Amino acid sequence: MGSLPQKLNIQVKTPDPSEIRERDLLRRVQDGETQLFYELVKPYERRIYTTAFAILRNEAEAEDAAQEAVLKAFTHIGQFRAEARFSTWLTQIAVNEALMRRRKAHTEIMEPIGEREEDDGSYTPRDFADWREIPSEVLEKKEIRQKLASAVATLAEKYRQVFVLRDIQHLSIEETAEALGISRASVKTRLLRARLMLRDLLAPGLGGAWFKRLPFEKGTKPW
Amino acid sequence: MVVNCEHVWREISNYLEGEVDPGLRVAMEEHLKGCKHCTAVLDGTRNVVRLYGDERLLEVPVGFSQRLQQRLAQQTVPSRFRGIRPIWMMAIAAAALVVGGLALGSATIFRQPELRSQLAQSPHGIPSNLIVYVSDDSRVFHAPGCKYLHKKDDEPPKQMNASEAMREGYVPCVRCLRQYLTAGAGCPRPPGSINRWAAKREDLFPPSGF
Repeated sequence: MGSLPQKLNIQVKTPDPSEIRERDLLRRVQDGETQLFYELVKPYERRIYTTAFAILRNEAEAEDAAQEAVLKAFTHIGQFRAEARFSTWLTQIAVNEALMRRRKAHTEIMEPIGEREEDDGSYTPRDFADWREIPSEVLEKKEIRQKLASAVATLAEKYRQVFVLRDIQHLSIEETAEALGISRASVKTRLLRARLMLRDLLAPGLGGAWFKRLPFEKGTKPW
Repeated sequence: MVVNCEHVWREISNYLEGEVDPGLRVAMEEHLKGCKHCTAVLDGTRNVVRLYGDERLLEVPVGFSQRLQQRLAQQTVPSRFRGIRPIWMMAIAAAALVVGGLALGSATIFRQPELRSQLAQSPHGIPSNLIVYVSDDSRVFHAPGCKYLHKKDDEPPKQMNASEAMREGYVPCVRCLRQYLTAGAGCPRPPGSINRWAAKREDLFPPSGF
């Protein structure tokens, strides 16, 4: 007597409401309701801009590139296939647009930190100061935000791109790799390097130097 | 498994991502317990990830969304329709024209009496008791003395008042009763102007009468 077939344990992933809405919007835009395109792009506006900014390091240039990327996405929306994520596709367009502009402008006069270093993952930290945990309230200070943004801007492009997509825009390792057209291993290596370099850059300031003149800093650190 | 500092630094990013296998994780944690430098590197890297992951760090410029929408709007409207009112407005305007035209036409049609002559003009303000003359073979009524009244020797013209003539479908003579015709009603002339003009034209209004 043959045994009964085992119950198949198939788990069907239920798409969340935002995914369903995005798919519906996509279908309608591709069917000709072009006035809905902005609704489709709206959740990713910030990502598109910061991606362009990470590459161009100039607000006006980044805005122009971001707008151009959105227009290109609009023009080619008919070619988009659902195998990829719409957000990743959009990010790829923004990356390509910004890179193209940067190549045209030849703005990279000074060689940023880490450009010559090999991509083998080896990096020796230079600063071993003890930071402890820094509260995110420090970001309320515009001065601190500017210093953090400036630090990212000094990274070499290949590290900056990965860092912005992964750590600022919270793309997954896979999405970052797809958007930049590089391997998953390269994303991980560059991400490690970017994080360690930023830590070295920021350690003296975040270790105390930037907070000496702040109102809450009267003899003791708030953390 | 025993790991050294370099090994820890190489894996620190994966450690924060939760992407190291359990054996390596235990080994790294053992190392971190006794290595002040590596602990400082780990804490610092964790701070970097946490601070940069905050949405407040990178903000889009003020008005970015509006400017993006404007550029998209320029792109999504076909060039030949730019500056032209939306289709629904044009449809409403067309419908208004049709309704208006029909209303105007209807007003004209319904005001038109059934006249014996299709070419006759509508009478306006003819005194109902005005004495007029008609001939049987004509569709027109005339004021007394009009030279255009058809006269037959064997059949003298019939006399009646204007309201009676109009009831029977006769229409005013465009010459002798001109002042009562529609064409003249829209632009009233000074009283007596026709009479003055008629008085000069004795060929049309001979003083002798019938």
